[in-house]
Amino acid sequence: MKGCDLMVEVGRRRFLGGLGVAAAGAAASAATAPQAGAAPAPALVEYPSHHLANLSQLKTDEPLAVAYPDKDAPGVLIKLGTRVPGGAGPDGDVVGYSTVCPHKGFPLAYLKEDRTLNCPGHYGRYDCEKGGQQIWGHATQNLAQYALRVDAKGDIWAEGVDELLYGRLNNVL
Amino acid sequence: MTYKRHVDRLPIIPTSAKEHNVTCHYCIVGCGYKAYTWPINQQGGVAATANKLGVDLGQQQPAETAAWYAPSMYNIVRQDGQDVHLVIKPDPDCVVNSGLGSIRGARMAENHTSLQRGTQLSRLTTPMVWRYGSMQPTDWDDALDLVARVTAAVIDEQGEDGLFVSMFDHGGSAGGYENTWGTGKLYFGAMKVKNVRIHNRPAYNSEVHATRDMGVGELNNCYEDAELADTIVAVGTNPLETQTNYFLNHWVPNLRGTSLDKKRRELPGEPVEPGRIVVVDPRRTLTVAACETEAGKDRVLHLAIEPGTDLVLFNALLTYIADKGWIDRDFIAASTVPAAQGAALMSRPGGGGPGAPDPLTDFAAAVAANRTTIEEAARITGLKPEDIVKAAQWIAEPKAGGRRRRTMIGYEKGIIWGNDNYRTNGAIVNLALATGNVGRPGGGVVRLGGHQEGYSRPSDAHVGRPAAYVDKLLIEGRGGVHHVWACDHYKTTLNAMKFKQVYKRRTDMVKDAMNTVPWGDRQAMVDAIMTAIRQGGLFSVDVDIVPTQIGQASHVWLPAAIAGEMNLTSMNGERRMRLTERYMDPPGSALPDCLIAARLAKAMERVLRERGKTAYADQFEGFDWTTEEDAFLDGYHKHEKGGEHVTYARLRAMGTNGFQEPATGVQDGRIVGTRRLYTDGRFSTKDGKARFMITPWRGLQAAGKAEQKARFAFLINNGRTNMVWQNAFMDQYSEFVMDRMPYPFIEMNPDDMKELGVAAGDLVEIHNDVGSTQAIAQPTPSAKRRQTFMLFAYPTGVQGNVINGGVNELVIPNYKQTWADIRKLAAAPEAARRLSFKSPEYRT
Repeated sequence: MKGCDLMVEVGRRRFLGGLGVAAAGAAASAATAPQAGAAPAPALVEYPSHHLANLSQLKTDEPLAVAYPDKDAPGVLIKLGTRVPGGAGPDGDVVGYSTVCPHKGFPLAYLKEDRTLNCPGHYGRYDCEKGGQQIWGHATQNLAQYALRVDAKGDIWAEGVDELLYGRLNNVL
Repeated sequence: MTYKRHVDRLPIIPTSAKEHNVTCHYCIVGCGYKAYTWPINQQGGVAATANKLGVDLGQQQPAETAAWYAPSMYNIVRQDGQDVHLVIKPDPDCVVNSGLGSIRGARMAENHTSLQRGTQLSRLTTPMVWRYGSMQPTDWDDALDLVARVTAAVIDEQGEDGLFVSMFDHGGSAGGYENTWGTGKLYFGAMKVKNVRIHNRPAYNSEVHATRDMGVGELNNCYEDAELADTIVAVGTNPLETQTNYFLNHWVPNLRGTSLDKKRRELPGEPVEPGRIVVVDPRRTLTVAACETEAGKDRVLHLAIEPGTDLVLFNALLTYIADKGWIDRDFIAASTVPAAQGAALMSRPGGGGPGAPDPLTDFAAAVAANRTTIEEAARITGLKPEDIVKAAQWIAEPKAGGRRRRTMIGYEKGIIWGNDNYRTNGAIVNLALATGNVGRPGGGVVRLGGHQEGYSRPSDAHVGRPAAYVDKLLIEGRGGVHHVWACDHYKTTLNAMKFKQVYKRRTDMVKDAMNTVPWGDRQAMVDAIMTAIRQGGLFSVDVDIVPTQIGQASHVWLPAAIAGEMNLTSMNGERRMRLTERYMDPPGSALPDCLIAARLAKAMERVLRERGKTAYADQFEGFDWTTEEDAFLDGYHKHEKGGEHVTYARLRAMGTNGFQEPATGVQDGRIVGTRRLYTDGRFSTKDGKARFMITPWRGLQAAGKAEQKARFAFLINNGRTNMVWQNAFMDQYSEFVMDRMPYPFIEMNPDDMKELGVAAGDLVEIHNDVGSTQAIAQPTPSAKRRQTFMLFAYPTGVQGNVINGGVNELVIPNYKQTWADIRKLAAAPEAARRLSFKSPEYRT
């Protein structure tokens, strides 16, 4: 199910570019595979499904530090209090982002006053209400946002990331 | 939703990958990058021994790592006919950027053509001609034959003045020493074309005549001077966004105080402290905000000047500093003209005439003539008197122990494209000369630059001074054929609306004529074109890398290559020359501009011989180049100062650091350069003495500006933004950029927006006496009432439409001082609804 969702997302956005990279990687893996008959590698990176928090832990505009897809990838969960594109949960207002600036890897700080993540390294700013759009900065991509799922008990699960995380050439190490 | 690439892994660079030197081909700073290429069916491994980066990629890498590249730094391209992986990432060992990548340069890989990944597919791949009512492909020989025949026929009837040429003069991109020489040898060597202009202005002239006339070349310091200065003065420039990594890597350390060790090392025995900065700009730019973040508000002085009055400020600073005695008497005596000669200079014939607009003179005469009180300056500039005095103190008040304060002055388009260019430039250089801040560590009076430089051409003296106002002449119906080399007047000229109306009409006349003749009947085709030209038509040839807006009017498109698709040399804002090595093929049959020029020269020679013009044909000899290196050896190597020391092989060995021009020799195989100019106190005049300039204030100088200001409500200040390079010629095909910037923005004070009933993202029309254009409203609380700032030269809303035709005596345009009214066109279009309109200003 998770794979299907991701595939839909890939299809919606930049099918050619995304597939080009995935296919190139897959083809190269096959070429260097030591033995015939090895299980073929999937085209997409397999993201873990991680429990990050429960809705009851979130207070509006109080960021909760999390990590995803592993402990070396810091991020944040924020309940914005207003429905936003890509927002999860019953109110469509819960978002999760990497907090490593995709420019040079400095840690981003949340500014409650205008719901942005800000980089002390070179002044980059990202809008938490606009899918992590870089308001201004030097990064060549918008901020990586988590694919979140909220279950019936209010548990929040991260199940994917939509941009390459700074400091890793594979989002899942 | 905002644009996301959904790339969650990238191929790893293998140890066997080829490494190539790259200098970013966008802005003046010229950051060092490395390009890595490797076969499509290979990849590196995660283990440190299995990849080029030499680190364990199974681990999260730390901040500022060199062992990471963004998806924008990756592509699949063609190299020697084969598909290869390409990574272009910032070089940590380049002294210019120390591994920093900008939002422009770090997209170089993605901004190359990739048939496999669908990037930049709009690049021109084959010559195109107007045939059967649209642009159709042909081959080089066919296209160039037509261009040569029409050009020769026009010259026959109108002389070389009938040939109009618009040609880039910059480095980087598709410019560089190879390509300026190729085009220059054709138009200034084989021919003596007078009706010629440069990519960003309507004439063939210097942007900084004044400083050159005073004997001070405009790129006279080195980037480290920004780390050594006691005070940096930034005038009409927004370096965080337009010279990004120069600012981040060399200005910020000074403001933070992290260059103190370097100061102590290079300036022994002298009191040093973290740098101060004075920013002269009507607008609170992001540079101002960043400086305050780094240095603290008490060490940043933002002079939010009344637009166009910089000259008054600098005259007042000169007056105050001279009266206080905060001048460098020894320097003035040794390196500038003495008083006796100053008087003679002032009274020389032609002084103040059109070729030399303002008198050059000595220090005392300049101070006397430019005398301006602080109060008078405060009245005209709108600044507080105490702030002007504070600026004077920060610039020139001696340090403890009476040591001279080291002040670097950087200026750019706010001055260059601003009111009274020549005098204002002169007034700035006066201040630097008076305080001895040229040719010394921590000093320099420099333009900060737009493109990189890469100029090598035969003399342009025949063009004259003032140069022909080419765009005006085209509007007036002059000329029969127009060769356009990587210029897009439709986006980057003044009076653009009128220009486009006339240019379309004149070129349509030729298109209609061409539609009446079969393509294969060359003689009939040339005759039809010439008939249309005699009736006022214009034949337009556009040499470019992508279809341009002016190209929509053209009859021939010739596809050019860019840096990386060819070997290309340029120098940056501290005269640092590097070679960008060819790491991929140009798309299709695209060629370096220098080789296009050579082929055109050969076609001209052949056609002229056919027409029996033997002597004229002989002038087109000397273009037997087969590579861009041939053009380099014929041009830079033979003709430029120190060029004899410079070869591709030596540049290659010197990597992304290169050397600083001019070259003075070779030592152990390495080119020896020049860190700063004028360290010996001898300037670029016959007698080696720099000149001061008489620079009296005369209000808004260019025709029609004062009237426009009186008539229309809003200042339409304009310029660049961080994300977009130049006129977006490539960025217009970048999904990342166009998602964020679908239309140009206009920064407006929220109260002005309220009055006009305009909300964030609404489309507004900007209209005045010369034209109209559009933008989306960006609420900007720091904007002064009635003072807006619009993104310049953007394809989806050309700001030049509302800039009037006013220029200075030397035909330098004044783009900045433009006034217009604003009204709402429509509620925010869909593309603008997903945009963030939060302040771009960093806060903590």
